Amino acid sequence: MDYSVIAQYFPKLLEGVGTTVELVLVSGLIGTLLAIPLGIARHEKNIWIRALPYAYIFFFRGTPLLVQIFLVYYGMAQFEAVRESALWPYLREPYWCAIIAFSLNTAAYSAEILRGALDSIPKGEVEAAQVLGMRKPLIYRRIKLPRAFAVMLPAYGNEIILMLKGSALASTITLLDLTGMARTIIARTYTPIEIFLSAGVIYLLLSVVIIWVFRIVEKRLNPQQSVKIA
Amino acid sequence: MTFKKAFAAAMVVATASVGASFAQAGDKLRIATEGAWAPFNFIDASGKPRGFDVDIANALCEKMQAECTIVTQDWDGLIPGLKVKKFDAIVASMSITEDRLKQVDFTDPYYTGGLRYVAAKGSKFDTSRAALKGKVIGAQRATVAGQYLEDNLDGVVDIKLYDNNDAVYLDLKAGRLDGALSDELPTYEWLKSDTAKGFEYKGPAFAKDDKIGIAVRKGDELRQRMNKALQEILADGTYDVINAQYFPFSIY
Amino acid sequence: MIELQGFGDQLLAGTLVTIELALASLLVGLVLGIAGASAKLSDNRIARSIANAYTTCIRGIPELLTVLIIYFGATTVLMAVASQFGYDEYIEISPFAAGVTALGLTFGAYATEVFRGAIQAIPGGQREAGQALGMGRMQIFLRLIMPQMWRLALPGLGNLFLVLLKDTALVSVIGLEDIMRKANVAVGFTKEPFLFYLLAAFIYLSLTIVTMVLVHYLEKRANRGLERGI
Repeated sequence: MDYSVIAQYFPKLLEGVGTTVELVLVSGLIGTLLAIPLGIARHEKNIWIRALPYAYIFFFRGTPLLVQIFLVYYGMAQFEAVRESALWPYLREPYWCAIIAFSLNTAAYSAEILRGALDSIPKGEVEAAQVLGMRKPLIYRRIKLPRAFAVMLPAYGNEIILMLKGSALASTITLLDLTGMARTIIARTYTPIEIFLSAGVIYLLLSVVIIWVFRIVEKRLNPQQSVKIA
Repeated sequence: MTFKKAFAAAMVVATASVGASFAQAGDKLRIATEGAWAPFNFIDASGKPRGFDVDIANALCEKMQAECTIVTQDWDGLIPGLKVKKFDAIVASMSITEDRLKQVDFTDPYYTGGLRYVAAKGSKFDTSRAALKGKVIGAQRATVAGQYLEDNLDGVVDIKLYDNNDAVYLDLKAGRLDGALSDELPTYEWLKSDTAKGFEYKGPAFAKDDKIGIAVRKGDELRQRMNKALQEILADGTYDVINAQYFPFSIY
Repeated sequence: MIELQGFGDQLLAGTLVTIELALASLLVGLVLGIAGASAKLSDNRIARSIANAYTTCIRGIPELLTVLIIYFGATTVLMAVASQFGYDEYIEISPFAAGVTALGLTFGAYATEVFRGAIQAIPGGQREAGQALGMGRMQIFLRLIMPQMWRLALPGLGNLFLVLLKDTALVSVIGLEDIMRKANVAVGFTKEPFLFYLLAAFIYLSLTIVTMVLVHYLEKRANRGLERGI
């Protein structure tokens, strides 16, 4: 192990952390916004409402993220129509391609988590709301979604960590995230073990931070549960 | 003891899966190439590595009377892989640079290359430093071209580094890049292909003293044997025959 | 008709490599998972902390990095260990072995949690009943715990295998000739990224469907006694 290499290039690695965190936050946000309607559609009984989201979720959960990134980045750019569309200024940027692929991917996983949470809400609560004269949208807003969010929190935290790990693939489309930075440094120093291990430790710390944040949020959202256990 | 037994079983399986074969360094050589650098090395539709580098490697092995296996490895894993003995030599059009000489030894050069820009036909693309300002330029990571950009034009142009040269061409064609910097000879091959319609060299070739050698581990006697074999194929015309299959001019 | 320019056979060969890789990693991962769960549930503090460190590290580090670290690092570590025992020859780790090790380690870390949950879900009374019948610890584990553990762990393991299947795409970076690498080579040769990456996506989807059908069948089999009983 050559520790001087680590010391020398650590600041460079930290530069990559910024990009990694940004990728996770932005695509996490977009992914969640997409997941809400998708999850609700999957929860509904009407087959016509369920079918399309099902196909979407099936595709994104059934194929590797790496394939999805390449399809968005290299695949789309192959078509004249895409290159001449109004979206091209975004699609030509690797940053936005990564955001698109990550958002679509995490939306599919989060939607399934949301569906599971919605399914787990006791029927009685929904019936009570119906008796009170609440309509469907209001029931979702007031009863089902808040309950579901609290239930899905631990699973959602795991999903964010999985996305943090998935974000390493951004390096394959020229982005200089933590992994991309590590690979570029290794291209100079030829010390893969030292640099990859350092990057690994940084990822580990980032996931510890995510776990920690979710624990705090969970305590706030589900205070009644912690009281019950105590 | 449930745990101990389970753990012991796990170790057995893990060790078996690692398949630690204790290879003896004899007359069996493993030679690595990249497989994404046509016409020097590329993988054909049957999955076999082919190209100038592969032919040279095979010719050298024949002279050395060594049994060689050609393996492919992504570019940025070549030198690290050589160092941890994943293979014994790299015949992958690798330039002999000072940075690399700190890590590995090189044989005598087996051809000479240079760098050259490529961009869309008719596009305004002047290769002077001032004119390049703000342009998006692509190159392969961990190559002479990529490092030329990093060393000389960092902050001037927007540098995009790719895992392989094919990806550079894809993005050049997609219009994500204003231009690309690569070795002159592989670009020469690409420009002949259908996909390269509408692209051309920009500016003259530079850094033309780019000597390409075969990388071996530091202090490995394989270097002398390869140098001797290289002299032999140069002398008996084997080299010229291979050269002529790929280029109508001598690249030595 | 789609023009594959001769790369169809290559993709098929890649599919076989992917399947082999996934099955070999599954085997290693299952063993590691059972060992990990046993360690986490054991009274031995050292075993518990080793297992905890293992699952925390693997679950916090991107799979791409795990693959790269194992590929470049494992040889060095193994050779250092071997030289301690007076063996100084070169030890080779093929890309396949490195891939299986990395993916098996990843699967094992997640499977540890699945097995632990399954073992804990088995009522303690059964263990006591076994002890009352004079069964030894190993016998209790093999004849009482194991058969029930499988049933409870199957859904979780099925999901993990789907994740593993997709993670195999990452080993293409260390030169294994799997679906992804074959697709990359085809793209490099033909400059048709959309076609070949989409094709790769559909191969992975088919493998996912086959896995889902198999897991469903296994679950049915594992639950057959249960359905009759209730």
